[in-house]
Amino acid sequence: MALVLTEEQVMLKESAAGLLAEKAGVAQLRALRDADDALGFAPDVWRDIAGMGWPGIAIPESYGGLGYGYIGLGLVLEQAGRHLSPVPLQSTVLLGATLLNALGSEAQKQALLAPLAAGELHVTLALQEGPLHAPEDTALKAEADGAGYRLHGSKCLVLDALAAQQFVVIARTSGEPGDSAGLTAFLVPADAAGLTVERRSLVDARGVGALQLDAVQVPADAVLGDVDGAWDGLSRSLDIAYIGLAAELLGIASEAFERTVGYLKERKQFGKVIGSFQGLQHRAAELFAELELSRSLVLKALQAIDADDPQLPVLASAAKAKLCEVAQRATNEGIQMHGGIGMTDEYDIGFFIKRARVAQHCFGDYNYHLDRFARLSGF
Amino acid sequence: MSDLEKFRADTRAWLEENCPPAMREPVRGFDDLYMGGRNPEVDHPDQQVWCQRMAERGWTVPHWPREYGGGGLNKEEAKILQQEMARIGARRPLESFGISMLGPALLKFGTEAQKQEHLPPICRGEIRWCQGYSEPNAGSDLASLQTRAEDRGDHYLINGQKVWTSYADKADWIFCLVRTDNSGSKHEGISFVLFDMASEGVTTRPIKLISGSSPFCETFFDNVRAEKRNLVGEEGKGWAIAKYLLTHEREMISGFGTAPKKSLGSVAVETYGADASGRLRNGILRHTIAQYQLDALAFGATMSRVGDEAKAGQGLGAASSIFKYYGTELNKRRNELNLAIGGEPALGWDGDVYEGGATSRDWLRSKGNSIEGGTSEVQLNIIAKRVLGLPD
Repeated sequence: MALVLTEEQVMLKESAAGLLAEKAGVAQLRALRDADDALGFAPDVWRDIAGMGWPGIAIPESYGGLGYGYIGLGLVLEQAGRHLSPVPLQSTVLLGATLLNALGSEAQKQALLAPLAAGELHVTLALQEGPLHAPEDTALKAEADGAGYRLHGSKCLVLDALAAQQFVVIARTSGEPGDSAGLTAFLVPADAAGLTVERRSLVDARGVGALQLDAVQVPADAVLGDVDGAWDGLSRSLDIAYIGLAAELLGIASEAFERTVGYLKERKQFGKVIGSFQGLQHRAAELFAELELSRSLVLKALQAIDADDPQLPVLASAAKAKLCEVAQRATNEGIQMHGGIGMTDEYDIGFFIKRARVAQHCFGDYNYHLDRFARLSGF
Repeated sequence: MSDLEKFRADTRAWLEENCPPAMREPVRGFDDLYMGGRNPEVDHPDQQVWCQRMAERGWTVPHWPREYGGGGLNKEEAKILQQEMARIGARRPLESFGISMLGPALLKFGTEAQKQEHLPPICRGEIRWCQGYSEPNAGSDLASLQTRAEDRGDHYLINGQKVWTSYADKADWIFCLVRTDNSGSKHEGISFVLFDMASEGVTTRPIKLISGSSPFCETFFDNVRAEKRNLVGEEGKGWAIAKYLLTHEREMISGFGTAPKKSLGSVAVETYGADASGRLRNGILRHTIAQYQLDALAFGATMSRVGDEAKAGQGLGAASSIFKYYGTELNKRRNELNLAIGGEPALGWDGDVYEGGATSRDWLRSKGNSIEGGTSEVQLNIIAKRVLGLPD
C-alpha cells in the first residue's frame, strides 16, 4: 500500500482539525481543569463530535459505524493530540469500540456498537493494576459463582472512568499472574453492586479513575469472548491502542515543535532573534527529521491495522516506542527553548508536556515497547 | 497481448539469449562493478560483452532519450526491464558518474550539441567521468572554490587544485566547477566546464584514507585548456547546476543507511546467546541495537513515504537533506554496532583470518559518509533555514 493519504483522508484530517480547534482545544482543556471538572470533557462537545460520526469511525457499517478504518481514526487522534482535545476518543472509540468488536459475540456487538457509534454509550477498558502496563500480570480474580461470576480486585488508569456506563474488566479466571492464558474479559456496568469508581487526578487534567471491585456479581453473558481466552482479542486490541496513542503523540509532538519554532522566530536576546543561533537551529532541525520519521512509522502502523498485516504487533510497538521517544524530546525541548515563559502555567506549552507524559505511559512506555519490539524482532 | 505484455515477452527472450552466464552472478563488491572508459578495468571479459550488447539497445541507461543513446523507455517499460533483469539475476551492465550525475545535469542544462557530443559515449561506456568539486579550502563551503578559469577567447585556461576527486586517476573526462569571475558574491562567478583528463597540465595523486586505499585523488591543473563549447549553462551561473547535481549525489549516499538483510539483533544473538525469554544476554547492547533497528525501520518507511508522496504530487521540502543527514548517521551507528557485536575479529586489519579487515575498514570508511556530499552539520543548516525558515 502506498504510504500516502488519499484525498478523502486529507479532508477528514482537515475537518477534524477545524472542529477540535474550535470546540475542544487547549483553551477548553484549561477551562475544564480550572473548574475541576470531574468528567474531564464537555458532553455538548461530545454530541457535536458524535454528529460527525467519529465515535463509529472504525466500527463496521453493519453495526452502525462509518467503516472508515483505523487510518481514519488515527488521523482524528493525531488532531486530538495537536489540540490536546479533552474528549473521550481514546477510552470509548480507540479502546471500547475496538474491544467490543474484537471480543464481543454477535448479540453483544448488535446491542452495544450502534449506541456507541451514536455517541450515547461510553465503554472503557479496566486493565492496569500496578504502576506499569503489564497485561499478562493481571491478578484481579473472577470466580465462577452459580450462573455467573464474582469479581474481586482493583484497577487503575481507567480512562474516562466517570463517564463510562460499561467497563471492560480484564480478570483472571485461571492460571497465575504472568500467564497470557487464563484471562477473561467481562462487561461490568458502572452501577454494579460492589463496584466503586474513584476519581483520580493525573498531571494532564483529563478524566481518569480507579476501580475497586468487591464481590461484584455479573451474569454469564457478561463475558466478552471466551472464558480464559481473552488474550488474542485483547492483544490485538492493545496493538491497535498502542498505534492510536502513537498517533495522538505524533500530534502532540508536532504541535509542540511548531509552537517552539514559532517562538524561536519571535524571541529576541542579545539583539537577535534566538532562532538565528546555530545551537538552537541544529536541535530544531534534528527534531524535525525525527518527526518526519515518526510520521512515516505511524502511517505504516495504521495501515497495518486495516490491512490485517501479520507484522502488526512489531509495528505497533515500534510506533509507540518511537513516538514516546520523540514526544518526550519535543516537549522537553519545547519547555527549554521557551525559557522562563515556558515554565509558567499561563503559557500553554506546559499542557503539552503534561499530556505527552500520560499518553506515553498509557499502555506501555518507551521501555516497555522497545523491549517488546526487540523481543518480537528475535532478540 | 497488450503492448506491455509483448514488451515483457520480447525483453525476457532477448535477455535470456544475450546475458552471459557470468553476468548473472551477484556482484562481489564495489571493485567488481563495470565502469567503462578508454582503459576499462575488466575483471571478466563478459563485462564488456554485456555492456556492449545492452548499449546497442540503449539499455545501459533505459530511461534516457534514444537520440542520446538511451533506451527511450517509459516508466512502465523501464520497470519491466528491471523486473526481467532481476528475474535472471542480471547485473547492471554499467555504473558511472556519467549516468548518475553528469547525465541528468546535461539533460537539464546542456545545449543540444553538448548532449549529442557527451551523452552517447556515456551510454556506450566509452568515456568515464569524474567530478571536480571540492578543493582544499572549499569543503562544506563549496562556493568559496578558487580554481581559476581565465578567458582566452575560444577557450579557458584552468589553474588550481581539486581534492576528493573519486577515480580521477581512472577517469577520461571531468565535470569541474571553476571560478570565472571574482568580483561578485561567492555564488556568482562559478562556471561548470567539461574537459579531457588527458589534457596537458592535469596530474592526479591517489589519497590513502584511514580505512586504507581509496578511489579518492588530489587533482592538479596547471594551465589546462578547456574549450568554450564545453561550458555548460551560462558563464558565471554554474552554482545552480552544481546544486542540482548535489541533490542526486546526496540521495545516492543516503541509500547507504538502509538496513541490511540480516538484522543486527539476530547476529548478536548468535554471538552472545539469549536468556530463557529469548532476550539477548547483554541488556545494554540489546538496547543500543533495538534503538538502531527502530530508527532504521522508521527511516526505511520515510524513504517509501517520500517516494509515494512524490508520485502523488505531494512533496517533503528538503527531503534529500533529511535523508543525507539521517541515513549517514544511521550507517555510522550500524558500523559501530558491527564492531561491538563482532569483538576482536571485527578489529582485524589484514589477513585471511579477518577477511582482510572488511569490518574495520567499512567502519572507518563510514565516518566519511557524514562528511562527503555535504556534512551532517551543513544538512542541518539547510533544514533549519529552508524548511523551518529560521533566520541567518
